[in-house]
Amino acid sequence: MSMQTTVTIAGVTLQNPVMTASGTFGSGMEYADFVDLHRLGAVVTKGVADRPWAGNPTPRIAETTAGMLNAIGLQNPGIDVFLSRDLPFLQQYADTTRIIVNVCGHSIEEYLTVVERLSDAAVDLLEINVSCPNVREGGIAFGTDAGALHEITREVKRHAKQPIIMKLSPNVTSIAEMARAAEDAGADALSLINTITGMQIDIYRRTWTLANRTGGLSGPAIKPVAVRMVYEAAHAVQIPVIGMGGIACGEDAVEFLLAGATAVAVGAAHFHEPRASLQVIEGIEQYMQDQGVTDVRTLIGAAC
Amino acid sequence: MKQKVTATVRSQRMLAEGIMELVLETELAAEAHAGQFIGLYTADASRLLPRPISICAHTDRTLRLVYRIAGGGTAQFALYGPGMVMEVLGILGNGYPLAPAAGKRALLMGGGIGIPPLYQLACDLSTTAAEVTVILGYRDAQLFLAEDFRGIGGVRVEIATQDGSVGVPGTVLDAAGEEPSPDVIYACGPTPMLRAIQGWAAEREIPAWLSLEERMACGIGACLGCVCQTAEEDPHSHVRNARVCTEGPVFAASEVVL
Ligand SMILES: Cc1cc2nc3c(=O)[nH]c(=O)nc-3n(C[C@H](O)[C@H](O)[C@H](O)COP(=O)(O)OP(=O)(O)OC[C@H]3O[C@@H](n4cnc5c(N)ncnc54)[C@H](O)[C@@H]3O)c2cc1C
Ligand SMILES: Cc1cc2nc3c(=O)[nH]c(=O)nc-3n(C[C@H](O)[C@H](O)[C@H](O)COP(=O)(O)O)c2cc1C
Ligand code: FES
Repeated sequence: MSMQTTVTIAGVTLQNPVMTASGTFGSGMEYADFVDLHRLGAVVTKGVADRPWAGNPTPRIAETTAGMLNAIGLQNPGIDVFLSRDLPFLQQYADTTRIIVNVCGHSIEEYLTVVERLSDAAVDLLEINVSCPNVREGGIAFGTDAGALHEITREVKRHAKQPIIMKLSPNVTSIAEMARAAEDAGADALSLINTITGMQIDIYRRTWTLANRTGGLSGPAIKPVAVRMVYEAAHAVQIPVIGMGGIACGEDAVEFLLAGATAVAVGAAHFHEPRASLQVIEGIEQYMQDQGVTDVRTLIGAAC
Repeated sequence: MKQKVTATVRSQRMLAEGIMELVLETELAAEAHAGQFIGLYTADASRLLPRPISICAHTDRTLRLVYRIAGGGTAQFALYGPGMVMEVLGILGNGYPLAPAAGKRALLMGGGIGIPPLYQLACDLSTTAAEVTVILGYRDAQLFLAEDFRGIGGVRVEIATQDGSVGVPGTVLDAAGEEPSPDVIYACGPTPMLRAIQGWAAEREIPAWLSLEERMACGIGACLGCVCQTAEEDPHSHVRNARVCTEGPVFAASEVVL
């Protein structure tokens, strides 16, 4: 059976609908021992800011049942190092694998600086992280207020050379309202969900496990919430939606496609299985074969 | 090259209350070096993250691990018996450099569950250093591995116990005070102990190598979960942070802020 696995997002074609979730795959380099990056639909980088960020104090990681909390605080080496070191590495795979740069900032100006620095770079798409719950200034406000989201989306869209994906926070009352705000302001695509704000207390030390007290929950535990939100967002807008949250195997990915996602991202599953992204690709293909699906695009939003 | 492989349990036994020794057969062992570690997975996928465990000793085909039952994951490890299989991520991190001790007097200090990684180091240094002294710090008379250290030819072993029941009463540094000054120090243990050793070594201008501990997710340098503070800007991160899983877990004492 010949199978068609490509999907298109804002005019950019991916060889398959599987990408890596920002912040869980480093710059790609760290996983090269485990994964042939040529096999991936796209690599999404760790959030990049206009200058190096030191991130939060440690502990930054806490395991939870079927999930984990993280409070990295968007540590990153900044756009200069990204352009001189990380991007050339990813370009080695650019014949097959799309490059998506995740952008973060404390203010609209900081986002725009990064977006402008990327304008001449060989990057396919920008993913704008307006939803990291671990950065106190700015970040979260853009992601949880529809007016602020509209404003930053419009500004980024005006300055960006590449199509923009707005990455939405699940920490909102109505994801449909946020999705529409981003679409109205010119977003080319949406991605969701980012992590869900959580907390863990060590009862024997009677204090928080994470130095930041709160952290973002990810992993299999959040999958049903993510599927529901992807469904609601995808049905509220016309632009493509990239689904993520707890995806660990092909079946999980198919569930997101059926809910309305055009592509999916694999995140915390990498920490349990470094080859998770490849297993998801193989699992989708296996499902297509078993179910007689010849074109992956026929799965998108097909739950009825 | 880092890999995730299936290892077979060769043996497991209790060394002291709550302290287990697990021997795994795996091809990863061929690349192991003193001070490096592995990520050990439970069979239960609801525990997402690998547990970092140091290499206590290795041959070309086996890894010997000594761990404390500290929570749900390590409690599950303790149930494994010969012939059973475990998923292992390795070999991870940078171990102890042997060169600084070549032909010199080395002092190794381990506290509690920081003792195991010093065993392979002591074996390796016993043939390359001029003199190897090991100070093992325990809470009480529940010693573990002490006899193994005494079995390494040419290594002198001192014991310190917090309750004073065996050896020098107090900490490893209380015992170190009674020793001639070494040329180089290697240590592993709880952070307060490492901080004290860092200060002690700096005062005496003795180079020291410390193995640090931090909560980890990926174990391979991707998530930035496991950082420690560094004195200077780290060449990878471009901030004063280094990844314990990748640049460490062993750092020069002068490089890190504890
Ligand atoms: C580089 C390195 C080497 C280590 N070597 C050894 C060793 O040789 N022997 C040994 O007994 N212990 C070692 N540890 C500590 C060991 O990793 C923890 O005791 C173990 O992860 C606890 O898991 P758990 O599920 O039993 O506990 P839980 O408390 O249930 O674990 C919950 C989560 O917290 C993490 N965690 C809990 N305590 C620690 C800790 N002290 N350090 C890092 N993560 C922790 C776990 O990995 C897990 O993700 C090492 C830690 C590091 C970082
Ligand atoms: C350790 C870690 C770091 C992350 N860093 C970022 C980041 O820099 N930018 C971002 O937009 N999302 C970040 N995320 C969120 C993930 O990209 C993803 O949206 C979320 O974890 C849900 O997917 P998952 O359950 O598959 O992990 C991070 C997640 C984790 C676990
Ligand atoms: S554990 Fe992920 S970077 Fe060290």
